Amino acid sequence: MSRQAIARSLSRHTLVWVLGSFIVVPLLYAVLSGLKSTGALTANPIGLPDEWKFSNYTGILSSGAFWQQIGNSVMIAVGTTLITVAVSSMAAFAFARYAFRGREIFFTAFAAGLMFPPAVAVLPLFVLLRSLGLLDNPLGVILPQAAFALPITIIILRSFFRTIPAELEEAAIMDGCTRFGFFWRILLPMARPALGTVSVLAIVTSWNNFFLPLLVLADEKWHTIPVGIQQYQGQYSTDYALVLAYIVLAMIPALLFYAVAERQLIGGLTAGATKG
Amino acid sequence: MTLSATTDDRPRHAARAPRKRGPEASAGTRLRGWLASTWFLVPALLLFSCFVLIPILLAFFTSFYKWGGFGFPDDFIGLDNFRNLAGDEVFRGDLWRGFLLVVLSLVVQLPLALGTAVLLNQRMRGRAVYRAIFFAPYILSEVIAGVLFGIILLPGSGLADTLIEDLPLLGGLAGKWFSDPDTALPTLIAVMTWKYFGFHMMIYLAGLQGIPKEILEAASIDGAGAWRRFRSVTLPLLAPTLRISVFLSVIGSIQLFDLVWVTTTGGPTHSTETMAVTMYEFGFKRYQMGYASAISVAMFLISMVFSLLYQRFALRRDLQGAVTSAGGRR
Repeated sequence: MSRQAIARSLSRHTLVWVLGSFIVVPLLYAVLSGLKSTGALTANPIGLPDEWKFSNYTGILSSGAFWQQIGNSVMIAVGTTLITVAVSSMAAFAFARYAFRGREIFFTAFAAGLMFPPAVAVLPLFVLLRSLGLLDNPLGVILPQAAFALPITIIILRSFFRTIPAELEEAAIMDGCTRFGFFWRILLPMARPALGTVSVLAIVTSWNNFFLPLLVLADEKWHTIPVGIQQYQGQYSTDYALVLAYIVLAMIPALLFYAVAERQLIGGLTAGATKG
Repeated sequence: MTLSATTDDRPRHAARAPRKRGPEASAGTRLRGWLASTWFLVPALLLFSCFVLIPILLAFFTSFYKWGGFGFPDDFIGLDNFRNLAGDEVFRGDLWRGFLLVVLSLVVQLPLALGTAVLLNQRMRGRAVYRAIFFAPYILSEVIAGVLFGIILLPGSGLADTLIEDLPLLGGLAGKWFSDPDTALPTLIAVMTWKYFGFHMMIYLAGLQGIPKEILEAASIDGAGAWRRFRSVTLPLLAPTLRISVFLSVIGSIQLFDLVWVTTTGGPTHSTETMAVTMYEFGFKRYQMGYASAISVAMFLISMVFSLLYQRFALRRDLQGAVTSAGGRR
């Protein structure tokens, strides 16, 4: 490498490191602060703890509430994803492969859903769920979340289903397969990568959702992780070290999931943004 | 983007389409053909109607009533809620702050995201790790980001104040951040940048990777320097991606709630309040559901008008097979 190339590479790395430190320092700070007592934290916000205090973390981990919230978040995310994917893949199949009267109108109606942030509908949704008796019921979060995930999921799946050659379906029908048989036994297994992408998107959106669960799940036994964090912060508002320990533990599942599903997640987000 | 996809290609199964069966097909056959295709849509239509369309219609309905939220709304007041809204200082402030939020976060976030994307699009060691780190805040929930920065930015003893108190320029910020009405909104934007710029960076990276190397090489051979290549080749070819990220950024700002709620709940003295926060206040704290519905409707109309105008004037150009979006389409 020439000297110039080395200099350029060095300056590039420095730039990235400076930027990266803005991302990493707050996260690192949270992890380390969780190991201090709040007194030690206020006295010395920077640096390693003088005395490593694991009891913040172990205390939270041995409390039932934290695991209860993790369980609720998992259940709601899985329920949302199953419903979203099942319902959207059927609709995307019809949109991608059949011509029928009104197809464009229906599709436009779904696609228009992307224009409206969920916060717009949160208040009437609350009124509706109350009259359906779905408050303090996980379905009261699962069903609306699935409904709001439909537009993006249908759009991504539709464009994937279109790439599967029509001859394949003709051959299957020739061999006595029904439409649903083709959809279920041939198309869906072939679409596994796309299904993975949309599932990951639905899981992350559900996992991080705050506004709707905050309104719908007032009962503590149904709290999800984001609602739980907010409650915990309210309860221990001045015990900063403890609150930081709580959010560090709450970050771990999301970061692990990101490590495992990075490719699908980024594929899904960029597809959602550029496709359709 | 999304809404434009409807027009592009013809169904690949035209032969099986009911209306292509020819005039001799009876109405019954045609109906059966139609039903065979549409029953796949039924679950999606039901779910979407129940939990998206009906709530939005419901908001329109209740916005014409003075309603505490319980029982059936019966005190019809016409457009009074909207009239009050138009005169409400806080709501008007929401609009202004929303505008500031959109403009400032675009001015700060997008160049930063674009610069980082261009940087990380070059061959360099550890690129994948850097990319993953920049994107990490995006997958953490707003609540986590909000609580974390709430503590970091605590006046006096927080990490931020400890780091900057001795610095010449930034030192003046110490003790302020979220607690001073003048600095709260910029602080919020800084936290939003931390949370979201990685997402925009990721979209740009995908867009950059869609630009054919040959074009850049050709420009290089023609004597274009790095800046010229960026200005005259990369940027125009990235334009569709940029327009979409602007769209997502604006729609995101219109509904901003989580981050504000856990950091400032809209304060101090409304300086960080957004429409969604005002709606929550009126709907769930003061039980003025009719008035809060009017705010929902206003948010809906603003999103819709913005989307349609943006679609019409900014995204339309992207329909004709721009290089970066063509990859996604067949």
